[in-house]
Amino acid sequence: MEKKTPLYQTHVDAGGKIVEFGGYLMPVQYPTGVIAEHMAVRTKAGLFDVSHMAELTLEGPAAVENLQRLVTADISKMTDGQVKYAMFCNENGGIVDDLVIYRRAADRYLLVVNAGNHDKDAAWVERHVSGDVEYRDISDAVAQLALQGPASDVILRRICEESGIPAKYYHFCEDSLLRLPGGREIRAIVSQTGYTGEFGYEIYCRAEDAVDLWNALLAVGADQGLIPCGLGARDTLRLEAGMPLYGHEMDEGISPKEAGLPCKLDGKDFIGRDAIIARGAPKIRRVGLEVTGRGIVREHCDLYAPDGRRIGWISSGTYCPFLKKSVAMGYVNVEEAVEGAKLEADVRGRRIEAEIVPLPFYKIQR
Amino acid sequence: MKFPAELKYTRTHEWVKMETETDALVGISDFAQDQLGDLVFVNLPVVGDTVTAGETLCDVESVKAVSDVISPVSGTVAAVNEDLLDAPEKLNEDPYGAWIARIEKVSATEELLDAAAYEAVTHEEA
Repeated sequence: MEKKTPLYQTHVDAGGKIVEFGGYLMPVQYPTGVIAEHMAVRTKAGLFDVSHMAELTLEGPAAVENLQRLVTADISKMTDGQVKYAMFCNENGGIVDDLVIYRRAADRYLLVVNAGNHDKDAAWVERHVSGDVEYRDISDAVAQLALQGPASDVILRRICEESGIPAKYYHFCEDSLLRLPGGREIRAIVSQTGYTGEFGYEIYCRAEDAVDLWNALLAVGADQGLIPCGLGARDTLRLEAGMPLYGHEMDEGISPKEAGLPCKLDGKDFIGRDAIIARGAPKIRRVGLEVTGRGIVREHCDLYAPDGRRIGWISSGTYCPFLKKSVAMGYVNVEEAVEGAKLEADVRGRRIEAEIVPLPFYKIQR
Repeated sequence: MKFPAELKYTRTHEWVKMETETDALVGISDFAQDQLGDLVFVNLPVVGDTVTAGETLCDVESVKAVSDVISPVSGTVAAVNEDLLDAPEKLNEDPYGAWIARIEKVSATEELLDAAAYEAVTHEEA
């Protein structure tokens, strides 16, 4: 039985095309369509309901030492108000999930994990925490909205006071005051983070405030071109920005090193560290590909070298509306992972040419 | 949702216009383009190819997925709409004007529905 976010009816009323994703019924697009929604984020602003993501908390004197053991990143040097990207790994050095970690205080952390891995991650964390730390799953109490695009700052400032707006990327404000049209005030965590490669914010509010916040943002953002955007655009945007997605670029068999993702191997021990080291130098590497032939190259397509050897596979691929080209990410044998290398993808029996290019495909100046 | 009365339709959401007894113009319906979403590639059939009613004529790609266009008729591909190579969005904007292929020497057809019957089919699916 799929779950619904607090905004489900809002999406239905707005004409959202509802699909199942990560155990939730979510809008893949609105009548505007994926391309218009993608372009809104790149040129103006888009609003996403990402309440399907799961929020877990670790609090107590032993929070840091537990987190250090659970994740690939070094938590010990985080400051209050800082956000860090990290991964959970299994005993074989493969990735259990990727997540972001919010340090609210030295002994209070918020973890935001993928909806599709909610149950797996919750069980994994519960199994591995010990000592003086309290673990809670607060997902049902929390809603999350993502406001992304060059106009997001102007829009947010219309309802959020200055002191509640984080000034730096991967930082957040705890307890920001948001004054909605009509006078209602709500409190939220506001972070300068996102999954689009564009400037923007993610806002964590109480589930019961989500609808009012959503409507408020759309109202005050209308003259800036703000429109609601679905999961279809979320995927084309993150792929255009070269961002990995669990279940595609990462899974329980792929290690952070193969995925080209950071992990701190010396100075701290974490679950899976020894296995990652034991795997040695990666034999496969994640690469970015630009399709030079005609068509879209999608996940699971095989990749071939010009001499006909199968050398890898595609993990994600789509047509990027802003760059107006088809791009993909995939894995190839490390000796083939050379920028400029020309490969062929097998797309339903047809060979389409692609070329390895650096990641990301699209990046803004921060 | 438009269902021009002068056209015939298939259950797989293509439209057919018999220009003569043996020449057919083929495209996808308004319902089809709406379901598919923004189309970004059309992989046109090749002029001269033989096509069979009920089998794949060509495919179209949206951002999210690729979909087969099923040929409503059997015959030979006489012409393809090359405008769609650069402007696949015409299928979304004008599904009944943006024909995909002209098939000649039409020898057989799939079950073809009139506009009212096809509209009923789309209500079942929606």
